[in-house]
Amino acid sequence: MRLRRTGFGLGIAAGLAACGILACGTLAFAILAWRPALAPGGPAEAALSPERIRAGAHLAALGACASCHTAPGGLPYAGGRPIATPYGTLYGTNITPDPETGLGRWSLAAFARALREGVDREGRHLYPAFPYTHYAGLTDADVAALYAFVMSREPVHQVSPPNALPAWLSWRPVLAGWKLLFFRPRPFAPDPGRDAAWNRGAYLAEALGHCGACHSPRNALSAEVTARAYAGGEADGWWAPPLDGASPAPLPWSEDDLVRYLSDWDPRHGGAAGPMRPVVEAHRAVPADEIRALARYVAGLYGPEPRGARRGPVDREPAGDGPALARGRAIYAGACATCHESGGGAAGGVPYTTASLGHRTTLAAPDPRNLILVLRDGIAPREHAPGPIMPAFGAVLTADQTSDLAAYLRARFSAEGPWPDLPGTVRTLMPAAPAPGARAEARP
Amino acid sequence: MREAQHADDAMISLTVNGRSHRVEAAPETPLLYVLRDDLGLDGAKFGCGLGQCGACTVVVDGRAVLSCLTPVAVLEGRAVTTVEGLGSPEAPGPLQAAFIAENAAQCGYCIAGMVMRAHALLSANPHPDEAEIRAAMALNLCRCGTHMRILAAIRRAAARRIAGAAP
Repeated sequence: MRLRRTGFGLGIAAGLAACGILACGTLAFAILAWRPALAPGGPAEAALSPERIRAGAHLAALGACASCHTAPGGLPYAGGRPIATPYGTLYGTNITPDPETGLGRWSLAAFARALREGVDREGRHLYPAFPYTHYAGLTDADVAALYAFVMSREPVHQVSPPNALPAWLSWRPVLAGWKLLFFRPRPFAPDPGRDAAWNRGAYLAEALGHCGACHSPRNALSAEVTARAYAGGEADGWWAPPLDGASPAPLPWSEDDLVRYLSDWDPRHGGAAGPMRPVVEAHRAVPADEIRALARYVAGLYGPEPRGARRGPVDREPAGDGPALARGRAIYAGACATCHESGGGAAGGVPYTTASLGHRTTLAAPDPRNLILVLRDGIAPREHAPGPIMPAFGAVLTADQTSDLAAYLRARFSAEGPWPDLPGTVRTLMPAAPAPGARAEARP
Repeated sequence: MREAQHADDAMISLTVNGRSHRVEAAPETPLLYVLRDDLGLDGAKFGCGLGQCGACTVVVDGRAVLSCLTPVAVLEGRAVTTVEGLGSPEAPGPLQAAFIAENAAQCGYCIAGMVMRAHALLSANPHPDEAEIRAAMALNLCRCGTHMRILAAIRRAAARRIAGAAP
């Protein structure tokens, strides 16, 4: 009896304690999660000097702000671009100075808090698709310049579509928990043992350019795995190559190669496609010394002998004559070779081609998605400027034919083994591919 | 090595403008060469041979395709439509009639490709808006500069459809 009563008493005490902990926890979390709205404000006239706006324009280009905040075919910085995440689709916000739908009521303090702490003017936590984990390192001067640039854009009245996320993620205080786990804001710390260009490049890559947002792996909660920075990641359904010793690039990346690649096109490695292409296009507005600094830092990430460069480029007719290989070879000869065996753009061949497809990182990659996406969609011409054009083959090649071609390219132009489940990946990425021509046999 | 592969000609079944053909060709032979050299259909033109100009555009299973970069072997059992399949000089089809009415050709070299890309567009989207027309036609080049009349011809053909000629 006594024992029972004691047990009962202990139970009540434990229950009260648990309630207390829960209440304290909830209170603590509420204090942590709650962020005040900041008073509406706009730029003072003096803050928008032409020099500061120009500096901000270069910084916005290096930060590739437009690639998330401009919809395809939409007005610059007016938002609405869908951003696919493992949890659903987010839409880039309108960052033009429109008072109702953009940043028109944002003070410099509100803008700085959003960039460095991931909290909007109204006090709502922002999703980490917006890379405040990187922007936390931005200097005050650069934040002010970016603010001047953004606030001097043409205001566009345009509401972004609502994010398509599960209900529990639409509740913004959840993001305070995410920040508690993964957000370690710190200002950029230069390395005194390195030269000024390297340090500038490190700042551009780590803080403003947020290279790691795509080129580093993310964990199950979409946080960058900082211990494996630059080990390769994902961007919009594309494979983002590693920028460290795991790089499969068959030719090593020198600083000069990266200067050419990051500002235009590199004859040794080729040019950017997919989500990297708008980044490179934005760099055309950036002063050359900034690109040089970025290239110096990135070139140092690969280490002395990255994986792909140990093997070197490959171009040899694959052994064997199975029917799939023969089909792939015929498609290559009819669809690809005219341009890609022209000797390379640098040697007078078709512009924007490398001397051999064996130079392309895409074909040495552990993941076939980039190849399949480029075959399916091609590379669209750039508006009003020279640049590569590759026709899309998604309208003419079936999924099986695309698999045969991709397998042949891999066997001929890479030292790596076949891609596992290539046909499955192709079918996933080409659900609308033409059906194979099975009707021929039935016809009289 | 590659010469040896060229010797491997095969019999390939093709359906062009509703007619079945069997042609003997190396599997990598571009469709354009088969159309012009083997089937006598010279509407589709050789422009750049690199998939950059669109003069060789034909329609395969309803979608615009660059015949200069389409190996004939991938077309086994599929339906190819060329400009000859839309009508003849005596009896032009509605889209061709719209190009004639708008005087949309100068030298005419690009026009078969233009007509076929517009045909694929209007088959998939009978009432395209201006932006959709321009996006679809952006890959086909005209060195004479008749793009504005070409756009007018496509608008005319689309309006004709709205007027109730076609379902």
